Amino acid sequence: MNKRISHKLCLIFISLIFSTLTYGSDKLRVVATFSVLGDLVTQIGANQIELSTLVGPNGDAHVFQPSPFDTEKVAKADIIVINGLEFEGWIERILESSGFNGKLVVASSGIKAISLKGNHQEQEEHEKHEEHEEHGEYDPHAWHSVPNAQVYVENIRAALVQEDPDRTNFFNEQANNYLKKLEALEQDIRITLKNIPKGKRKVITSHDAFGYLAHEYDLQFYAPQGVSTESEASAAEVASIIKQIRKDNIKAVFMENVSDSRLIRQIARETGAEIGRQLYSDALSASDEPAATYINMMRHNINTLTDALK
Amino acid sequence: MLEYLFNPFLEFEFMRRSLLGCLLLSIGAAPVGVFLMLRKMSLTGDAMAHAILPGAATGFLIAGFSVSAMTIGGLVAGCLIALLSGISARKTSTSEDSSLAAFYLISLSLGVMIISLKGSNVDLLHFLFGSTLALDNAALTLLTSVSLITLISFTLLYRALVLECVDSEFLRSVSKVSPIAHYAFLVLVVLNLVSGFQALGTLMSVGLMILPGAISRFWVRQLEPMIALACLLAFAACVIGLLASYYIRLPTSPTIILSLGFAYLFSVVFGRNKGLLTQKTSFN
Repeated sequence: MNKRISHKLCLIFISLIFSTLTYGSDKLRVVATFSVLGDLVTQIGANQIELSTLVGPNGDAHVFQPSPFDTEKVAKADIIVINGLEFEGWIERILESSGFNGKLVVASSGIKAISLKGNHQEQEEHEKHEEHEEHGEYDPHAWHSVPNAQVYVENIRAALVQEDPDRTNFFNEQANNYLKKLEALEQDIRITLKNIPKGKRKVITSHDAFGYLAHEYDLQFYAPQGVSTESEASAAEVASIIKQIRKDNIKAVFMENVSDSRLIRQIARETGAEIGRQLYSDALSASDEPAATYINMMRHNINTLTDALK
Repeated sequence: MLEYLFNPFLEFEFMRRSLLGCLLLSIGAAPVGVFLMLRKMSLTGDAMAHAILPGAATGFLIAGFSVSAMTIGGLVAGCLIALLSGISARKTSTSEDSSLAAFYLISLSLGVMIISLKGSNVDLLHFLFGSTLALDNAALTLLTSVSLITLISFTLLYRALVLECVDSEFLRSVSKVSPIAHYAFLVLVVLNLVSGFQALGTLMSVGLMILPGAISRFWVRQLEPMIALACLLAFAACVIGLLASYYIRLPTSPTIILSLGFAYLFSVVFGRNKGLLTQKTSFN
């Protein structure tokens, strides 16, 4: 008698486990490579997907080293969303080692990439230290322009709809709402920047990540390191930045959330330029800081820049 | 010609700061390196550089790029490893070098573990390679005090250290200073590595310590000139590194160590004191 009951209990238990398992796998498992993409995916998928992000807030995706735990996440994923443009140098390895066979979404596909070499309208100093970069041909930090982010959203939406057609309506509605918010953001940025004369839109940052922001909104950025956070700045680069600050009378020097700030502080001390508040470049901030979502990051960056340039 | 040598330093404060930092580092680290070489402990320098990593990493995780936190952490870790490996070698039958190797490997893996667990892999590279060009006041203060401490300790312990190099058995039998001199010397090694890694990073600061001594051994025989030459070589390499970084855009710290490396290779072949070529002629 007892045995029968325990058998039945076992069966119930097993079926329970199974039902939760099938329930769990009902949602798409999506992996985003870094926090900015993670936020964009969340905006569209909301609670109807299971998202994990490899490089979290304030982490540097340039020098990320995947752990076995990350590889496991990738292996189990249905969709993996990457930025592309060789931003995630480690992605090939993790895709291969995990045996991932889901859908790979390159969020930046379809945007107009800025070439690192052909950008001749920029200052000389800029070009010179871009020559020996380890990145690919294009600047990967494309999300710093809102129109590009809209392309990202379209790409992510298309992938989600394709992989989970049952939720097409939900994804479309979410995406459309979010695209409207991005449109509003774009308008705000342009209005905010109108007040600043073009000649004064010059800024120093510690790592050259704002090529798209500069291009889209007519700003000029100078950086002592190249595009990648991996390279060590040479004295020549630091010297040329200092000369530039003196020559053009640049008022503000900014730090980012993913760079060694000592160099920037040294430059500020030497030129008397003011150190602006923190800008967010390659990663969102933790949730208690001002740039926890993509939209907040863009607003924060633009406001910080304009405050310092006024 | 001379203006090319001086202009960068006259024009830019960050170059002057780097130069001062390098000078201080050369004064402290190069003599330590000479004694390491004479005591056949050159690789100990390398091992200790790895051993300070978990301490510095812990300091960094608690307080960010704070010179004092990383220094204290590095010092504690370095001294702990030196002490533990020393004790375990003397109390058991293991030899000094295998015991140190074991302990530094434990320490190094602990350091990598701490950094990885925290999930911030951002700064490991800055950590390993340092930032010669961004020495702030705190870093310069640290470098100054470390080179002062080194000089003072050397004047106090000079005889004991020399004896320890020549005949450590003898020193141990006639004086109780031997263990004191030994551990004080290890502390000096750790101190100089910790201060060096503010400027050059953990990996490269060992080079500035070991190579100048190894080079000067090829040119002079007496101890005092050897120490002086080592300091001079270290500083000259720093100037070359800074200027190369300024004029031809090379990264500073590897250039410093590489120029020392070339000087070493040159000395191996042409060195007056038992270099490859001079050895041959002495046979005839």
